[in-house]
Amino acid sequence: MSSAPLDGMVAAAGLDERVALRTRLAARGLDGTTLFVLPALLAILALFVYPFLYGLALSFRPKAGGVLGNYAHFFSDPFLYDTIWTTLRLAMPVTILNLVLAVPIAMRVRLMRRQRLLTTILVLPVTLGTVLVAEGLLNYLGPQGWFNRTLIWAGLLSGPVKLTNNYWGVFASLLITGFPFTFLLTLSYVTGIDPALEQAGAVHGASARQRFTRIILPLILPGLAITFCLSFVQAFAVFPSAVLLGAPAGPTRVISIAAYQAAFEEYDYSLASAIAMVMGAVQLAIVAAVLGARGMLYRGPVGGTKG
Amino acid sequence: MIRDTGLGSRIWRIAVWAVTILFVLNLLAMIVSVVTNSFATRWLGTWLPVAYTTRWYFSAWEEFQLHDILIVTFQVVFTVVVVSGLLGVLAAYAMARRDFAGKRLAMLVFLLPLLVPPITYGIPLATVLYQLNLAGTFWGVVLANLVPTVPFVVLVMIPFIEQIDPRIEAAARVFGASTPQLFGRILFPLLLPGMLAAMLLVLVRTIAMFELTFLTAGPTSQTLVVALYYAVFAAGVRAGQSIDAMAVIYMVATLIWLVLALRFVNPTQIVARAKQQSAH
Amino acid sequence: MTLHAQTAPGGGALELRGVKRIFGSHAALAGIDLTIKAGEFIALLGPSGCGKSTALNCIAGLLPLSGGSIHLGDRRIDGLKPEDRGFGMVFQSYALFPHLNVRKNVGFGLTMRGVSRGEIDRRVDEALGLVRLREQAEKLPGQMSGGQQQRVAIARAIVIEPPVVLMDEPLSNLDAKLRLEMRAEIRRIHETIGSTTVYVTHDQDEALSMADRVVVMRDGTIRQVGTPEELYEKPAHQDVADFMGFRNRLPGRVVGVADGRAEVEVAGARLSGTARESVQAGGGAVVSIRPEDLVAVPGGPGLAARVTAIEYRGRAFFGNAVAADGTELFFRADRPLEKGADIRLTAEPARTLVFAGAGA
Repeated sequence: MSSAPLDGMVAAAGLDERVALRTRLAARGLDGTTLFVLPALLAILALFVYPFLYGLALSFRPKAGGVLGNYAHFFSDPFLYDTIWTTLRLAMPVTILNLVLAVPIAMRVRLMRRQRLLTTILVLPVTLGTVLVAEGLLNYLGPQGWFNRTLIWAGLLSGPVKLTNNYWGVFASLLITGFPFTFLLTLSYVTGIDPALEQAGAVHGASARQRFTRIILPLILPGLAITFCLSFVQAFAVFPSAVLLGAPAGPTRVISIAAYQAAFEEYDYSLASAIAMVMGAVQLAIVAAVLGARGMLYRGPVGGTKG
Repeated sequence: MIRDTGLGSRIWRIAVWAVTILFVLNLLAMIVSVVTNSFATRWLGTWLPVAYTTRWYFSAWEEFQLHDILIVTFQVVFTVVVVSGLLGVLAAYAMARRDFAGKRLAMLVFLLPLLVPPITYGIPLATVLYQLNLAGTFWGVVLANLVPTVPFVVLVMIPFIEQIDPRIEAAARVFGASTPQLFGRILFPLLLPGMLAAMLLVLVRTIAMFELTFLTAGPTSQTLVVALYYAVFAAGVRAGQSIDAMAVIYMVATLIWLVLALRFVNPTQIVARAKQQSAH
Repeated sequence: MTLHAQTAPGGGALELRGVKRIFGSHAALAGIDLTIKAGEFIALLGPSGCGKSTALNCIAGLLPLSGGSIHLGDRRIDGLKPEDRGFGMVFQSYALFPHLNVRKNVGFGLTMRGVSRGEIDRRVDEALGLVRLREQAEKLPGQMSGGQQQRVAIARAIVIEPPVVLMDEPLSNLDAKLRLEMRAEIRRIHETIGSTTVYVTHDQDEALSMADRVVVMRDGTIRQVGTPEELYEKPAHQDVADFMGFRNRLPGRVVGVADGRAEVEVAGARLSGTARESVQAGGGAVVSIRPEDLVAVPGGPGLAARVTAIEYRGRAFFGNAVAADGTELFFRADRPLEKGADIRLTAEPARTLVFAGAGA
């Protein structure tokens, strides 16, 4: 603090300006506390957004050919572009099957008082991850595994059926890791619906089927769309189980294998980035289509109509 | 809520439960078959092994250098937990308490890494880390693993912080607490349960995170799950029981923390957190 | 789709015979008998947990019975699913379908019955007119106020012209002013459509002002059924008296009984009252008096007490006092009294009720 009055006034004026700037910033929500968001934000910008953009730029600088050389190469080589179809052929049916199973089971489980045991068991494969599930299924679904033995013992099969190192092995692993994920998401949507809505439907004449199709389904459909997107994106990125449980040279040569091989076996990071971008684009296209359709649905509170 | 007792609904109910039980049985049988095999002397063409032994655990420990791998794994995981806990909680606090220009954009930036699968962004990320000579190192693996965990902590903590009444902080200020005192004496104790839950979940997810570690790890920075992948990938070389012994060690390493985490959180939270944010 | 509309029960009296509902070891309804006449407005009144909502849900078919039966006219209906009973119901939280607009919400029951589009439109308009919401027909419930949602819920329940309309505390989520308005509104709608109405509430004002008859419930049993006047003037049970504003509950000992009158010694004084339950000389009893009927007099006989608080409430003074034995009393006075003043309190025997009780 200065003792001279003039100095004091100047300091006060400077203070005023600082205060004014600070108030203006604070009015827009920017103050010291807001800065707390920066470290995390910068980390994600540097480790996620920048690499993505870098990869995108890199994909336009191919080892050979013009700007679009990598993409031209990808879409002219059946060994590469077929991976999109191969991956879709796995991811789509699994995601749809998971949803079709998850909805009726979630409808029943919401009536249970003790859901925790079931949800805990179901969270196991999500937690253990795809590598362990792949190793487990190699044992369990193998020609000498318990699954084949049980079916032969029950007289449903005459000899062991091949379920590993092909399409069905990967399908099974996506089912085992994908279903719990889909189910737990669906359950959280289904339990969010006020039970009084279903009671109101019943009292005013709706049968069990009508209550589902006219009340519950329209209310959970937006949530199911989100669930579909998240489950599909996970399934589309299938990698370790496609290598370990599938036939990575043929029927389960999924797009992530192609990207991995380009990067770490051919050391063509440019092509690998291009493949990763194609992978992202396909996921985005499906998600955008589903969310676009979702835009036409009712999306509001589902917990009754109060407030 | 309405319990129907008609024949049709009973058949439907039995069918639904049958599918559920079938799924759970297959899942448990898969896990049990790994455990059984890891203790088997020889298991070929029979329901159960001929005899049991623990020697595969000793051989797996030697063969796969599990001692070193476990140390690396826990170093990586704990570093990731601490760093993402710190960054995530700070960011979540700002996101929960302030309404600033660009908040929606920041939220989108935090959501994307949770929605895009790791393998999709892992390849460009690995490329960048190779250029910086970070790939293959301990810190390269840690940095890659922060991508999904920091946003995860942010999204778990935002609702947790929002439910703490901001007037509590105002009251602490009124009674003369400085900023460090406010954090140390008021906020930290209130945030602790939520932080613990979020960090335990990060722990579980990072131990099991295969893709990012696989793409960025070198021989000295491998975690357990990547080592397991290589072992299964080269399955012909070693006894299957040895690989399964390693798989069991991996399961135990994961499940200890899962059991601990489940004391604090609902299982649904392990998958459902991202959805609640993105649903609106 | 039209099947259950045709098989749904027609009108007639709604009869509950020994209806029981057991949750685990707790009897939410301990076997109640009740006959509700066609077209009657009945209120089920009681504190929370008394079984009134359970009774309503049993009538609606949302809860199965543990025993007894329910009849509508000459048909037994307790085995029917809720959707086959053909009733209308207004829920406490309204339970409007958030994804359907007002018109579709109201028309829901008609759609389920396979009624033709034109007919649905006509009847929905009529019902919306009745609740004065015709202009809001295209809105979603989330865009409406609580009072409007409440009217939509009522319209949805009555549009199907049900033999019975069930209402589960429909006004409890509204503010005080709106509650008073809606009381008159619901009563008017009831009179217009002529359906039997079963109305659950914990508010005795609401029950007394709206219902033809009130059923007072406690602990899963019916304490008393009667018209509002009967309940107000002649509560048959101590619990009912509590509900009807008899704030003074004075335990005492019966000293004499003669043709319906009982003389009870309370806190050193003798009060004469009407015996509402059978009491015997020498036994215990509880004397119930409303504050407005316990009047302060300057001297003479009566209950001696000391004034602890007094306040003016327009036209008269109301106060608290303590009797010599410590019993707290609520009384009325025509003139202001000093705090600490010694007074005598008396009540007319016709307005003093005597119930059987442990006594003093």
